[in-house]
Amino acid sequence: MHYMLGVQNDESVPPPTAADWDASFARVGVVNDEMKAKGVWVFAGGLLSSDSSTVVRVQDCTTTMTDGPFAETKEQLGGFWVIDVPDLDAALAWAEKCAGACWGPIEVRPFDGLA
Amino acid sequence: MDLTSVYRAEYGRCVATLTRLLGDIGLAEEAVQDAFAKAVDTWETLPPNPGGWIVTTARNRAIDRLRRESTREARHAQALLLHQPDDEPEEVGPVRDDQLRLIFTCCHPALSPLAQTALTLRLLGGLEVPEIARAYLVPEATISQRIVRAKKKIRDAAIPYRVPGAAELPDRLPPVLTVLYLIFNEGYAASTGPLLRTDLSREAVRLARALADLMPDEPEVLGLLALLLLVEARRAARVGPSGELVTLAEQDRTHWDRELIAEGHELVRRCLRRDRPGPYQIQAAINAVHTDGPATDWPQVLALYDQLLRHSPTPVVALNRAVAVAEVHGPAAALAAVEELDIPGYHLLPATRADLLARLGRTDEARTAYDEAAAMAGNDTERAFLYDRRARLVQPSQGSSIPPAAP
Repeated sequence: MHYMLGVQNDESVPPPTAADWDASFARVGVVNDEMKAKGVWVFAGGLLSSDSSTVVRVQDCTTTMTDGPFAETKEQLGGFWVIDVPDLDAALAWAEKCAGACWGPIEVRPFDGLA
Repeated sequence: MDLTSVYRAEYGRCVATLTRLLGDIGLAEEAVQDAFAKAVDTWETLPPNPGGWIVTTARNRAIDRLRRESTREARHAQALLLHQPDDEPEEVGPVRDDQLRLIFTCCHPALSPLAQTALTLRLLGGLEVPEIARAYLVPEATISQRIVRAKKKIRDAAIPYRVPGAAELPDRLPPVLTVLYLIFNEGYAASTGPLLRTDLSREAVRLARALADLMPDEPEVLGLLALLLLVEARRAARVGPSGELVTLAEQDRTHWDRELIAEGHELVRRCLRRDRPGPYQIQAAINAVHTDGPATDWPQVLALYDQLLRHSPTPVVALNRAVAVAEVHGPAAALAAVEELDIPGYHLLPATRADLLARLGRTDEARTAYDEAAAMAGNDTERAFLYDRRARLVQPSQGSSIPPAAP
């Protein structure tokens, strides 16, 4: 089973200091290495804040582009892992490690098939 | 032949075993229902092993049904069935471990609390959706929607069907105990309507017994069972002839169920020997003291509440402790403790305050507190009890049923 572990980022609070950021980055690196060693790591990445985002819509053959994310909420997707594990309990155990590494809540969501 | 009691006793166990065999709760339920429908048509007398008959029949009917269907779930389930050798012992009847697996799946923390409770009652208790809806006074559509959604999530998110390992157990056992405790409580002091819903309490006791049978080395499981038994034992004495609430002090102890009390006390002694106390064991011990001898040993109850408060420092525990303080140190000391508490929407807080104020002769304040409590109380019996206490305030000296202890 493939799961996305999405990091929830509260954009309404000030971003972490450079030192905090480095520490978190190092912790995330440890989790990534462990995932790779256990063979569950598929892909991972951090995202820039949602003010860098653009939404593209195609309706009746016309394309519109709007500034900003889907929803204007303070909680935005800050980054994610894609992992391949046998079941939800295994995914939740990894999510616990990820949440500890990046100090944010993690949403665990199963994939509905992969391309 | 009593097919209803066979259904109650075997349904959950059969669904649990079929869930393992088919890998899907929905398919398992359909198969077990098919098998019970066939039992209604064909049984003239009870077969020697009704559960075994249901499991075998359900399995065969599932195979027939799956052969006619070609969905992804059906192919998956068929593949699972084909990999089960016929001579394995689990084929002859429900397997106890399957039930345990299913309890942990139903009470998985990834499901909402109402979904956990509804699924447990539906799958393990064999209660129908209307019965669960009536018990929780929510529309049937809400319950069936929660159950459908929970089953879909179990399948889609791949919530595993297994007993958690020892390392995960400390996180995974508490929600299971909570669900059984909540089912019991809803039966014991219904949040709305009449006071007792006996069937829910009985179901909780039955499930707690099954859990204790399956996990005899977990002291909190034994503690929960002991607690439920010791509270259940007082059921008959708790409601008077016209349906009114009878307080512990006023209960006719000859109406208590001695067998349940003996069983509960034995479990509490087993827990004490293990010496790994937890909140359910301590609450069981408190109820063991209440049911031991001709009257409650309040100093011992207070000592146990002190211990419980260290394990679970919640305002509700502090409130219960204050009731024991009133008996040991008098109502003034208890009132001081109660005044510090804030439990929004909890009618027993103003009800306890009212009782303490009445015992201190502060009638006007007591009356206001009774009104406040009655406005918050959800069930009719408790509300009637509070109005009755308020009415007795006319003569302040008779304000309380429990004489205050010497300070």
